[in-house]
Amino acid sequence: MEEKGTFKVKAGLAQMLKGGVIMDVTTAEQAKIAEEAGACAVMALERVPADIRAAGGIARMADPTVVMSIMEAVTIPVMAKCRIGHFVEAQILESLGVDYIDESEVLTPADDKYHVNKYIFKVPFVCGARNLGEALRRIGEGAAMIRTKGEPGTGNVIEAVRHIRMVNDEIRWVSNLPAEELMSAAKEMQAPFELLQEVARLKALPVVNFAAGGIATPADAAMMMQLGCDGIFVGSGIFKSGDPMKRARAIVAATTYFNDAAVLAEVSRDLGEAMVGIDISSIKPEERMQDRGW
Amino acid sequence: MAGKKIGVLAMQGAFLEHQQALSRCGAEPFLVRTASDLESAQGLIIPGGESTTIGKLMKLFGLDTLITERVKQGMPVWGTCAGMILLAKEIADSEQPRLGLMDIKVKRNAYGRQVESFETDLDIVGIGKTRGVFIRAPYVEEVWGEAKILSTYLGKIIMVQQGNNMLGTAFHPELTSELDVHQYFIDMA
Repeated sequence: MEEKGTFKVKAGLAQMLKGGVIMDVTTAEQAKIAEEAGACAVMALERVPADIRAAGGIARMADPTVVMSIMEAVTIPVMAKCRIGHFVEAQILESLGVDYIDESEVLTPADDKYHVNKYIFKVPFVCGARNLGEALRRIGEGAAMIRTKGEPGTGNVIEAVRHIRMVNDEIRWVSNLPAEELMSAAKEMQAPFELLQEVARLKALPVVNFAAGGIATPADAAMMMQLGCDGIFVGSGIFKSGDPMKRARAIVAATTYFNDAAVLAEVSRDLGEAMVGIDISSIKPEERMQDRGW
Repeated sequence: MAGKKIGVLAMQGAFLEHQQALSRCGAEPFLVRTASDLESAQGLIIPGGESTTIGKLMKLFGLDTLITERVKQGMPVWGTCAGMILLAKEIADSEQPRLGLMDIKVKRNAYGRQVESFETDLDIVGIGKTRGVFIRAPYVEEVWGEAKILSTYLGKIIMVQQGNNMLGTAFHPELTSELDVHQYFIDMA
């Protein structure tokens, strides 16, 4: 029997993206550069996170015209972002035929308590997480892929590192608990119990986990891969840099050869200027995107 | 008897899933990223992923000519989804880098975008019934020369074998718990 939109099919696309780089793009021209540089997918946006941060105000789903022009420009998968909890933006993106929806803290949340019920969509969802409990709550709502939140639009990798280390620490901890301690662990981590049991059994997340939020250089990408991420999202890091094509190619190569320092040294040469970074302590608490999500 | 040493090309895509399936079959899988990795391979799987990404990386790091040489000398190769696209001599509406080894013409994203991705039951010549997972999958539009059709689904060609060393599937046996297609490939190697 033929079935569409099953969890296997949704999670399957994320599995096909592994070891690859997903790049934020705002125009068809940028999408073509990303594809030419070897991106395994693009994220269609109206503004990259650094510009959203600079502009302030309310950040919403991109105009469908922007998303559609990017879908027409490339043959690789196209993702797009909806606001946290904004199920109608998600319905619109699904009807446009995007390949993945990112229910993203980069946009201004539309709901202060609830995320989108992702099970009722045929299109798969990716969501951000800072720790294991948050990742499992999103998977519990139907997300078929997870990414670290990091701190978007900063070009500063420290928060992404903190989040993947936290997830990994908690997976190691849970994997070593005796069965009778799992329920209290689930309560403490605010994680769905059955999913926590699955993590303890697999000693891993049950879905693909990418790095996102602050990756700006080939070395950043390779570091996140060595820390155990399955692949890389680069938001502002490419098109806010001096030579986007060259940097994009270098980050793609660094994500494949993440364990080969000689290749990393070679691809890191003469990349021109990286995006201007932001120190996390200079961001006001209410402007930290990673704290959005429930 | 020690398991056969099967390489899995690890440029990008679902290479770990193939590695796990091969291990469960008793083979000795390993990841291939460099020329020296390829030397000891008795067979090679090119996994699903993004064919443009894998093709560019293979070319950039010089693996494309090495793989082509080895396959022409008889090394078995199996491409799943993107891997099959890279093995094809012809790709509809695309000039992208490829190995160009199999006498087939493939159509990329032939079933449409991700919302059209599906899983279904298949029947394969020489293997029998199995579950097929199709993710933004291609199908084969034409075969000629040495290529033989092993399976079709709703009139479209979704599995092809050429001689005794080349195999292409539009679907992903590595995403199911079934090992029959992996075992079939190991037996070729």
